[in-house]
Amino acid sequence: MAKTNSLLVTSVSVGLATGLYGISFGALSVAAGLDVWQTCVLSLLMFSGGSQFAFVGVIAGGGVAAIPAAIASAWMMGVRNGFYAVAMAPILQLRKLQRVAGAQLTIDESTGVALSQADTAKQKFGFWATGISVFVFWNLLTLLGALLGELMSDPAVWGLDAAAAAAFVALVWPRLTDSPIRVVAILAFAVAILSSPYVPQGIPVLLAGLVAVAVWAAVGLRNPESEC
Amino acid sequence: MLMELWIAVVVASLSVYSWKILGSTLPERVLNHPKVSRLATFLTVALMAGLVGVQGFVDNREITLDARLPALLIAVVLAILRVPFILIVIAAAATAAGVRFFF
Repeated sequence: MAKTNSLLVTSVSVGLATGLYGISFGALSVAAGLDVWQTCVLSLLMFSGGSQFAFVGVIAGGGVAAIPAAIASAWMMGVRNGFYAVAMAPILQLRKLQRVAGAQLTIDESTGVALSQADTAKQKFGFWATGISVFVFWNLLTLLGALLGELMSDPAVWGLDAAAAAAFVALVWPRLTDSPIRVVAILAFAVAILSSPYVPQGIPVLLAGLVAVAVWAAVGLRNPESEC
Repeated sequence: MLMELWIAVVVASLSVYSWKILGSTLPERVLNHPKVSRLATFLTVALMAGLVGVQGFVDNREITLDARLPALLIAVVLAILRVPFILIVIAAAATAAGVRFFF
């Protein structure tokens, strides 16, 4: 029982911490040109921080013309969740309706907490408790952030444009764990900037995604046996 | 703008959901191949790094250096120090706002 309580405390604190950055998402989304409702629906329906930031980031630069690129960026950013779902499926053993709900809650945090537990019962509990707690805080604080964002008439005066870029710095930095990944990051960063004057808005981010595929293929050709 | 954006919000959300439901349905061996998961890691990092580039150094399709640069340098330092996400974002916004106010 004491163990379950401490797992519940972990789940709620992870939810609260993640929810806090829902405030920045809400504010940035409104600054990008979405309204408060669209911002809240994104958090409810998409419910995947990286994809949401990518979507509003591309819209911020290119508006309506960038919509196809914004959708593509969000979709590609969401690929992680598919891998989390693969890892969680044998643990959760869900059927039909449960699976529909479980899939929506399959994100970085719920999977992370679940997989760090020792037995299946705790893994299940950790997944649902963290998933639900993140879902509640993320959506409430997105609304708060969106309302705050509406109060700021000029986002640049408040540094919100810099905050959007900094959000991705904070998201990507802990992932730069080995040299091939760092090479991918530097090339993608450079390609996105340098291609910007020559292609429509939204496309540079997709070209950055192509860099990942190219480096992956190149490393694979050089060492067919390696894991990369 | 409004209607198109609504459609985009829903379509993009469904496209992200498609990964979540696909992963829970596919046999484990398809997606769990090390090469495939490595590509997913690369893709995530590349998109994030590309977004840092576009949102930090481009303005209306022109390469631009402005108050966002010092803000991003602060963000990198704080990320190296493992400062929590929300503080990094606030510090970057405050830096850019401060630079614009005083210069």
